[in-house]
Amino acid sequence: MKKTYLYWLLLPGLLFLAVFMIIPIVLTIGSTLFKEGSFTFAGYLQFFKDPYFLKILLTTLEVSVASTLLSVLLGFPVAYYISQKAPRRKGVLLALAIFPLLTSPVVRSFSWMVILGRKGLINNALIWLGIVDKPLEILYTPVAMMIGMLHLFLPMMIISLVGVLENIDSDLITAAQSLGASRVKAFRKVVFPLAMPGLIIGGILVFVGSLTAYTTPALLGGKQRVISTFLYQNAMTLNDWFSASVIATIMIAITFVVVGLMNKLSNKLNPKG
Amino acid sequence: MRNKHIGLGLFSLLVYIFLLGPLLIISATSFEPGTVLKFPPSGFSLQWYQNIFKVELFPQTFKTSIVISLLGNLLALLLGVPAAYALSRFSFRGKDTLNAIFLSPVLIPGIVLGFTMLKYLIVVYHLPIYTGLLIGHTVIMLPFIIRVIGSSLSSFDFAIEEAALSLGAGPLRTFFKVVLPNIRSGIIAAVLIAFLESFNNVDISLFMTGPGISTLPIQMLTYVENYFDPTIAAISMLLMILTAVLMFVIERLMGLSYFTKR
Repeated sequence: MKKTYLYWLLLPGLLFLAVFMIIPIVLTIGSTLFKEGSFTFAGYLQFFKDPYFLKILLTTLEVSVASTLLSVLLGFPVAYYISQKAPRRKGVLLALAIFPLLTSPVVRSFSWMVILGRKGLINNALIWLGIVDKPLEILYTPVAMMIGMLHLFLPMMIISLVGVLENIDSDLITAAQSLGASRVKAFRKVVFPLAMPGLIIGGILVFVGSLTAYTTPALLGGKQRVISTFLYQNAMTLNDWFSASVIATIMIAITFVVVGLMNKLSNKLNPKG
Repeated sequence: MRNKHIGLGLFSLLVYIFLLGPLLIISATSFEPGTVLKFPPSGFSLQWYQNIFKVELFPQTFKTSIVISLLGNLLALLLGVPAAYALSRFSFRGKDTLNAIFLSPVLIPGIVLGFTMLKYLIVVYHLPIYTGLLIGHTVIMLPFIIRVIGSSLSSFDFAIEEAALSLGAGPLRTFFKVVLPNIRSGIIAAVLIAFLESFNNVDISLFMTGPGISTLPIQMLTYVENYFDPTIAAISMLLMILTAVLMFVIERLMGLSYFTKR
């Protein structure tokens, strides 16, 4: 009796996902391997020989790596600070970090257009202070995209790290120090290894998020393309669905490789896992 | 020790300014009386809030966004609640794989989901664009419904259910009278989180636009490409108020620990 129930409970959702998500993706990937009826990798070879595409791929990776590293540098101290607070203050600080995460990415990217534009806040301030006499070109550059991505995904890093840091017993740090470890050493040998799972999950979320985000590069990148805006351009502006499918497959492949590698790393670092 | 904490506190304050400052700036610019977005605003006016309703596409796409998010939510609940129940109630072979499949829509890049759905739902399956939009949003809401309700069910004591069953209540009756009331707050929180996810979605909606069909975020993107007046700032302000209210309710219902435990 139990078994038949089980299938009827799971089947509708599974069928729905199979028909509307899994089949479209599998067939899209399949379609990239056939051109004029015969099996070929030509679609991919053509892409990886194209300097324009390689440049887009490189920009995407640069922006994603930079925003991931910066999110660790900015996020770790903040997460540590939050985790040391009493529950009430911790709740408020967490809420303030989660709020931007739930706010529309269009709103968040748009706010940076106001700040980074030629007549934006930063340029006005720099000119007023006499540091520059012509507005700097910040908006529509990879730097603008990187700032937007960092703003978009930093909260994910912070809350992933708070999740692990708040479980670290502060007695452990005191114990390490009373046994003669310096504060830095106690941090490196006790806090850091225990925070590793949160760091890896946060890293996956920020890196994959930046790698695949559309709204931020579309608004802040101008003519600078990243892989997601390139996919959209091929699919909707150029109507080249074969190329769009190849890009889609490359994006899925990169995502799965990154997630797989990070999980492997996390298993290696976590002896219990 | 004290000193270190002052440094850390100062650093954290700067990071919070980075996170929240842009949102405060955009709120302030929404009251600009002139036609160009400026910070600080040159005065105070509500004219751009009125302008939201004058540009017909804003109220119209807002309505589409709300209807799609609510209908999609309902569909995701119908598909997701039974699945979440089965996944936390029973242990069986292949459970981890099934769990991974149900959560996979968050792992696939959104822009890829949107494109493949356009390619198959609209072009191959010949579904109307509106239906495609609804299905796409249901797919992306499903993982949130399953994860939040699943975590709610994991703290439910199934012995209570056994008791009701052994006292002669049918399985459906038991589910609706015993299980469901116990996970009510989890369900409401799941609905709200999924709602925000769908309401803010760009990646799927981008590919599912047609004559008279578009969602608010897409309309905002299109507007920004053509105009740089404070209308978008005014909409942003309203959206942030909506987000804050929903977040407050989520916090009341199940705390914020859902966000930190992944």
